[in-house]
Amino acid sequence: MSIDKDTVKYVAHLSRIELAPEELEMLSGQLKDILDFIDKLSKLEIKDIQPTSHILPINNVLREDSPRESLPVAKALANAPQKSEGFFVVPKVIE
Amino acid sequence: MNKPDAKSNLNIMTACELIKRLGSKEITSSQILSALQAKIKETDAKVKAYVRVANPVDNPKTQKPGVSGALSDIPIAIKDNICTDGLNTECCSKILEGFKPPYDATVIEKLKAAGAIILETKTNMDEFAFGSSTENSCFGPTRNPWGLECVPGGSSGGSAAAVAADEAIMALGSDTGGSIRQPASFCGVVGLKPTYGRVSRYGLIAFASSLDQIGPLTKDTRDSALLMNVISGYDPKDSTSVNKEVPDYTKALTNDIKGLKIGIPKEYFIEGIDPEVKAIVVDAVEKLKSLGASCQEVSLPHTEYAVPVYYIVATAEASSNLARFDGVQYGYRAEGVKEKLQSLINMYNNTRGKGFGEEAKRRIILGTFALSHGYYDAYYLKALKVRTLIKQDFDKVFSQFDCIVAPTAPTVAFRIGEKINDPLKMYLSDIYTISANLAGIPAISVPCGFAKNGLPVGLQVLAKPFGEEMLFRVAHTYEQNTPWHLEKPKVS
Repeated sequence: MSIDKDTVKYVAHLSRIELAPEELEMLSGQLKDILDFIDKLSKLEIKDIQPTSHILPINNVLREDSPRESLPVAKALANAPQKSEGFFVVPKVIE
Repeated sequence: MNKPDAKSNLNIMTACELIKRLGSKEITSSQILSALQAKIKETDAKVKAYVRVANPVDNPKTQKPGVSGALSDIPIAIKDNICTDGLNTECCSKILEGFKPPYDATVIEKLKAAGAIILETKTNMDEFAFGSSTENSCFGPTRNPWGLECVPGGSSGGSAAAVAADEAIMALGSDTGGSIRQPASFCGVVGLKPTYGRVSRYGLIAFASSLDQIGPLTKDTRDSALLMNVISGYDPKDSTSVNKEVPDYTKALTNDIKGLKIGIPKEYFIEGIDPEVKAIVVDAVEKLKSLGASCQEVSLPHTEYAVPVYYIVATAEASSNLARFDGVQYGYRAEGVKEKLQSLINMYNNTRGKGFGEEAKRRIILGTFALSHGYYDAYYLKALKVRTLIKQDFDKVFSQFDCIVAPTAPTVAFRIGEKINDPLKMYLSDIYTISANLAGIPAISVPCGFAKNGLPVGLQVLAKPFGEEMLFRVAHTYEQNTPWHLEKPKVS
């Protein structure tokens, strides 16, 4: 299995990354090489192997649902590129 | 080592040596800071271990007043991906330009509570820790103090170079696939990746959440143990941190490895290893034998699959973690093309297209591909299954052996620019370090010699989960019986 330019273009769109035409060209070649290398995994017989998504035998870590101090609005917004009246500002979505 | 005269060369000393002198009131913390400042002024224009701030140590606000603890008055350099309250933390990426975290990472809180002084500037790194050479930084590359035309390794190259050049006493880095150990090896310092879950990741800007760990880069194993004592432990703010008692790691520095059973993985000495590196590591194994350990060849049969598994798992997790950088909550927002500005999606696309560097884009796109419909089973699920096999390889060896000893990297530091246009070649420089992250086990790199061109070589020790004491025991014994950690580079 491999990757062509159209697929890279589509995945870049899914990733919300605008690529210049020369970037698309370069990335397509490089990703193809990387995926060809990764295809080495196909050599292994893994049908009956359990996947490991996480190395520790812990799951569903929960904490008490009790109120705690949270970030003040001004501090939470301090790094925003654009803000107004306690909100993050983004380009208009609906005309 | 050059014996420092009372005040001027304090920057070349270890934290433990400084603590002794601070305790006897022979020196003060401002004398340590002045010595560091002078050294940074002298060499950092060449090494470029630090980013942004020209005068990194002139910041009294970075120490909690009146606190005394295990690291009182010891300055520490921090990698640019660990959040420090009010101090720029940008992952050396344009997309996080100007970001000042509103809180401290748990490791920073712990350091402050131990009396340490956090340097205001941060150490250079590959953008978002994506790389093995510190060339992928929006601030430009760091240079190896042992050879300025060479890379310091990466991604914690700034931390390793700062410690090696005596521009720092000790430093924190992060390790997702070797990002502490490989630069430690390239720069001739000690670097430790703790067991997954040993050190809190809260406030570490996430790259691959199932692999990332924060760890120390230091001048010797004693400082490494001291720093691990401070930063380890359970943190309710990190659901993957493990509630397990933290031993006093300095007690493991016993200078005795008699009777230990050490496995030497044959797969780490074949294809791709530089013959000079191989010879130096084989000598180190002989040294361990002469110190009373029994060393025997073992097999980790799935070693060759570690790099492909890693570049699926790590990029998949990264593509998800980096979705938060979209020009809304923090950092850079692209101005964009005029007619496109109207649309939110175009703002995202432009911001991320212009804000991320080449390697970040490559990894996000690769990770998104591996997780996308129609490819998930063929790539991501398959990689997770092979990850199981890699972990089982280690379980099997550790059921019979106390630890594993291997090279840290297949080569010494390579030249700046040598691999930057060939991502696959760059990825293969992590071939011996990646497995420890996939298996979640701890591993340390200690200096074990020099190649003919004067560049350092690192010896890697790996142990079972929460086996840090074993790492310290073996690494310290080796270190105390060899001269390598005492060598200093001449930056010129």
